[in-house]
Amino acid sequence: MEHLIEFKDVYKIYQMGDTAVHALDGVDLTIDPGEFVAIVGQSGSGKSTAMNIIGCLDVPTSGQYLLGGVDVSTMDDDQQAEIRNKMLGFIFQQYNLIPKLNVQENVELPLLYAGLSAEERRAKAVHALERVGLADKRKNLPSQLSGGQQQRVSIARALAGDPSVILADEPTGALDSRTGREVLSFLQQLNREGNTVVLITHDNAIAVKAQRIVRLQDGRVIYDGDAHDPAAVVQPHAEDDGEVAGQ
Amino acid sequence: MNFSQSFRLAIKSLLTSKMRAILTMLGIIIGVAAVIIITSLGNGMQNYMNDQFEQMGSNLIQVNVIDDGSSRTVDTDDFYALVDKYPKYLSGVTPYLSPRVVVRHGSEEDSFERTSVYGVSETFYNGEKGTTMQGEKLQNGRFLSYIDVDREQGVCVIGSYIADTAFNGNAMGKVITLSGDPYTVIGVFEEKAESAKGGGDDVIYIPYTRAQRLGAGGGYSMYLLTATSRDTASAAKGLVERRLQKTFPDAGNYFVMTSAEMMDAMDSMVDLLMTILTLIAALSLLVGGIGIMNIMLVSVTERTREIGIRKSLGAKQRNIRWQFIIEAGTTSAIGGVIGIGLGILCANILTFVLGAIVGTGSADFHAIPTASGIAVAFGVSVAIGVLFGYLPANKAAKLNPIDALRYE
Repeated sequence: MEHLIEFKDVYKIYQMGDTAVHALDGVDLTIDPGEFVAIVGQSGSGKSTAMNIIGCLDVPTSGQYLLGGVDVSTMDDDQQAEIRNKMLGFIFQQYNLIPKLNVQENVELPLLYAGLSAEERRAKAVHALERVGLADKRKNLPSQLSGGQQQRVSIARALAGDPSVILADEPTGALDSRTGREVLSFLQQLNREGNTVVLITHDNAIAVKAQRIVRLQDGRVIYDGDAHDPAAVVQPHAEDDGEVAGQ
Repeated sequence: MNFSQSFRLAIKSLLTSKMRAILTMLGIIIGVAAVIIITSLGNGMQNYMNDQFEQMGSNLIQVNVIDDGSSRTVDTDDFYALVDKYPKYLSGVTPYLSPRVVVRHGSEEDSFERTSVYGVSETFYNGEKGTTMQGEKLQNGRFLSYIDVDREQGVCVIGSYIADTAFNGNAMGKVITLSGDPYTVIGVFEEKAESAKGGGDDVIYIPYTRAQRLGAGGGYSMYLLTATSRDTASAAKGLVERRLQKTFPDAGNYFVMTSAEMMDAMDSMVDLLMTILTLIAALSLLVGGIGIMNIMLVSVTERTREIGIRKSLGAKQRNIRWQFIIEAGTTSAIGGVIGIGLGILCANILTFVLGAIVGTGSADFHAIPTASGIAVAFGVSVAIGVLFGYLPANKAAKLNPIDALRYE
């Protein structure tokens, strides 16, 4: 089976003054279609850098990143934008809805940049909002919704364009625990429906909701396997050395 | 591609911060309004002057001879001889003196402080055409005759303003006082310009021989000649100049001008003036454009996160760039429309105010905004928005999505 996501010896090196910081230090990683993977790590472990690269927001310093079999490491800004639009659905910790647009317009945004007609956009946005149970709020502004509802809107936005990968960056970080659990179970449901979900978190309790855990530390993969294996949640010397502002 | 959404977004963000929007637009509003007002005034001024010249007649030739105190001079008879010699080109001549006089009727003086008094000969009135050289028609009585002029009679022909104000419309045979001398009214002109004070009906014609005694001049004498038609006017002007050259070796001693030439000269003067003023007004459009650029740069910074979100969702650089350019263009276009409205309003107010001041009655003053002026003002204001919006828009388009998403 072809891998959906493939890191081949990926390095990401930031130059901070005189010292070179290896945010990713030779990472090899594959994710297949239909998986639910949590990338876990402390602040500074390199998980945010990994997310940026998976999300085509950044490119590796060296090594290859293949998304759907295509090397995106060497693409320019606009080509990456097109890949993001077609293949990726982002869910952010801060929801990142545009406050001046109503719920439906927010969900339509990726479809707008995909060049869909107004009717297609409307139909897909309404469908996505129905999936998260917020179709009746589509004319509301984000500020008129609760935090959990806003996060569901952002999930609908991520789903609207039928992406290959749903990339969730600390999706429960800004929510209370009950709402957080709802969002997680929704992500699990999406995964059961066949979507590939990649979850980035520092929280083991959240990571275990995934099928598979990839633990990063100091830019290296230190665990990659079943989420229910006790070794997945072992934290070897968990001190945060604060070298990289990874969050 | 997403023009309509960008446009709606632009309107929305203008509405959410109205005060800022108005301040941003202010430069454009003032600039556009100033351009409209100035072009309207220029247009109105040209129409106003052309109307006045038309009333004076387009085949008039005006001659000023400066009295340099030497023995060389031309007099009225020389001009009569010239007219007799070239009947194909010249049809008449009269001295045209403006003596400084005080007009009184009884004890009434204030009503006549702006009355024009001219000394002319009988040829000022063309019996065949039934009008004077400046287009006045007689309503009652007769015009000055050769005898009146020759014998320096104390007679006058008056405009309808004088007839109405001094004599309640029944002026024939009555007496009016000019600098202490009595003048009998022998003719009254038809009303030609609403009988307004200081206008074309506030006028008295007396024999030029009397006017000379009243102290006309000021170092020069003036003659009015009529060409046989508008087409012969410039040839006729050449004949007059040749005659004057014979007497005066120095061309500075006389001045000949046809009314058509005067009209053209005035028009080009007004044109030049308007061009300069419009350019100055256009400078404020430039300042307005810089204001828009400034506020767009602030807006890009404020909306860094929004830009990051849009980019993460797949917006390409050109999508972001267009969004901000359209926003800047919309801002300046709305400013332009408001400016056009303000400019037209001000032009109308100025028509009202200036019309009351300079409206001599003989020609009305209307500051008329031109369609081309409005179109250009609107086009320029949109262009300025787009031009000055480009820099901030480009800055937004080039933002790194990761940094933009993290921006607080």
